[in-house]
Amino acid sequence: MAKRLSYLFRSTKGLILVAIAMIALETAIFGMLSGPLAELGVRDFVVRLLRMDLVQAEREGRIIILYHSIAMAVVAIETYMITSLLKMKEFYKLSVRMLITVGYILTMIFGMFFAYWGHFWPFHGLYITGLSLIFFAGVLLVIALWPWNKEYYQPDKSYARTKKGVDVERVAFFATALTTVISALFGAVPGSFYGNGFETFMAQDIIRLPEKTTMEYSIIGHLHIMLALIAIMITLIIGRWLNFKGILHKVAMPLIILGTIVLNLGVWGVATPLEPIAHMIIYVGATPAMLGALMLVIFTWDKLIREGVASIKKPNGWQKLKALLRDPLRFGPTWQMVFMNFTTSFIGIFMAVRLEEIFRVWPAHEERIELTGHWHVLSAIIATIILLYYGDMIGLKGKIRQWYGWSLIVLSDIAFGAVTIFEMKRLFIPEATQQPLVNTLMLMMDLGLGMLLVVLAMVMIWRLVDLFKKKGRWTEEVDHELSVEVKQ
Amino acid sequence: MKHIFLTLLLLIGILASCAPVDLNAPLPTYDTGVDPNAWATVPAGQFLYGQFSDPASIDYDYQMMVTDVTVSLYVDFLNAALADGTLKVDGNQIVGFYPGDVFHGVKHEVRIDPGDYIIVPTDDPASRFTFDGTIFTVVPGYENHPMTNVSWFGAWDYCGYNGYRLPTEMEWEKAARGSTDDRPFPWGDEIARDNANFYASRDPFEDMSSFGSRTTPVGFYNGNAYDGYVTLDSASPYGLYDIAGNVWQWTGNVYEGQHYRYMRGGSKDTYDMDLRVWVHNNATPTYYSPGVGFRCLRNP
Repeated sequence: MAKRLSYLFRSTKGLILVAIAMIALETAIFGMLSGPLAELGVRDFVVRLLRMDLVQAEREGRIIILYHSIAMAVVAIETYMITSLLKMKEFYKLSVRMLITVGYILTMIFGMFFAYWGHFWPFHGLYITGLSLIFFAGVLLVIALWPWNKEYYQPDKSYARTKKGVDVERVAFFATALTTVISALFGAVPGSFYGNGFETFMAQDIIRLPEKTTMEYSIIGHLHIMLALIAIMITLIIGRWLNFKGILHKVAMPLIILGTIVLNLGVWGVATPLEPIAHMIIYVGATPAMLGALMLVIFTWDKLIREGVASIKKPNGWQKLKALLRDPLRFGPTWQMVFMNFTTSFIGIFMAVRLEEIFRVWPAHEERIELTGHWHVLSAIIATIILLYYGDMIGLKGKIRQWYGWSLIVLSDIAFGAVTIFEMKRLFIPEATQQPLVNTLMLMMDLGLGMLLVVLAMVMIWRLVDLFKKKGRWTEEVDHELSVEVKQ
Repeated sequence: MKHIFLTLLLLIGILASCAPVDLNAPLPTYDTGVDPNAWATVPAGQFLYGQFSDPASIDYDYQMMVTDVTVSLYVDFLNAALADGTLKVDGNQIVGFYPGDVFHGVKHEVRIDPGDYIIVPTDDPASRFTFDGTIFTVVPGYENHPMTNVSWFGAWDYCGYNGYRLPTEMEWEKAARGSTDDRPFPWGDEIARDNANFYASRDPFEDMSSFGSRTTPVGFYNGNAYDGYVTLDSASPYGLYDIAGNVWQWTGNVYEGQHYRYMRGGSKDTYDMDLRVWVHNNATPTYYSPGVGFRCLRNP
């Protein structure tokens, strides 16, 4: 038992497994309270079965706690990955992991109990304690990542480095971690202001108010930047896993650093007198950050193709394509980054360009659908990228690797594509005749996400069964570190 | 074989999503027994306003229509107002004069100058009335359904023409919630399918495989049974019906720096959460939809 607990709470892969399992469990339970399952009466059944205490006026507060508890587990997963991929002092590694593990588990368990099972205030205190511990873990992580320590200089010239040898990729990790900690304050301060966590609002519901308070702006900025930073961090993590290097790495890393800093300045500016030009600053920041990610995509795809056709003298296009697609777990994360542009970035730009014809005409609730849709898709895309990496991490091979990888990619993209069409449907179909299209899109979303959760559940069950085996896979993973599994 | 099956499944899905929708599909007709010409008095006094139940007060009595304005009532208005020149035909729409709003030049604010604005479209197949170029007629069966596909200007004009006005958001909410407690729905703390017409509420007018949700006759949710479909009496504390669900209801506020007009009550097309009394929606005043109607207010 002690060995298993040690695996689950001390090893990198065990910690990641626990966090994924916690998210899967929470998604499975609380996903039944909304969407199509609510219409089918599942919500009422679950509420009665689990004796939840749901007050109508507190719905927004509950959802905010739900989002935070899931997000904290995602942040914990990214932190485990960073602390396993990058060099740092053992003290920091242990401290960061301990704080963030206790933090996110407290946040998830006590936050959800407080939100959905009556207001037992000590639980709220423990929820806040959890969030605070995660914040302190973040501060320690920033210190641990300090890139100007000679121990961490990059000796290999094929990676982005300064003349003195400072590892520019580490600077990117550092900048992202630092700005994440600062940006967390933009949520923490208004979170405290709104007091008990329930007298609050969803940002999409106030988007059209011409006058917003500083606290409201702060929350709007916070929710946007935190998701963006989680996305940037996973890009850096995937880059490290796939051993991103060479000229593209040297161009991408400064772009990501610049983009991250400017993006943050813009978002922080939303809550300051800079608000009128904040969006412009955000665009200026987002562009280099996305260009940096594009370089990672080019590097990875090029590498996959070159490796795949190495034995062929003059490969044709078809052979190159087959080479690119031969390993869904290595192709998937960067493909999802590309796909994200079709479902979020391009949609955002399109909407911004046609603002007068769309948002000035559509009712607020149509705009709300678009806003929540793209936010959820972006979050879920990040989740699929993590799961693809996780598939490689747990050593999936052969057909299982193919099935797992392609299931994640295809099922999620079907669902995300359907969400995107759903968001934009008013552009091409009137309200009165939309129902058949809505039904088809809903089916695609539910089928895609439902099947994806089934795949995840199968992996989780396998891992659970494995834990009962004396010499299960977990025994091999106890000492695995992600840094030694970087793709060469 | 597997590929053929998947392709077929995909094709069926695509074809199903493109299936034509019969907007004039037959509908059941019921007399709910609720008079659309009735008014309910809302007395002056305190009440709890908004999601967090802030204490508020309205220091005058007022009367609200017990139901939404019906298609029948609105068609009568259209015919009368067209005949006396209040409204006129302009292409494929009926327009009426609006004196305009003060423009404050706030970011995203659109100027509403004095002029003619759309009241209703005349050629929208989703409308529950027809227009032959001279006379408006109700589509049979929809006489006692709420008027829809009417712009804010159309709602504003109807109320003004009859000596009434649109309720403000506060007046609407007090009428919906009453003054005794912080209930989220006009009838109480929880919502069931038989309380109101909302998305997938399975009322006899709905077919989610085809046209989706349709309006129910005004006052439908009054505790009566209709061909075996039993409703719950869902009047507000002051006796208003359909104040939550069925159609969004335009309200009268013109907020400084905004061209948007606000709606309350949720509709046949929204989830139950949008039927909570404090939830609002908004749109440009020329917007019209099969899910938006209104009711009027008058001073006693």
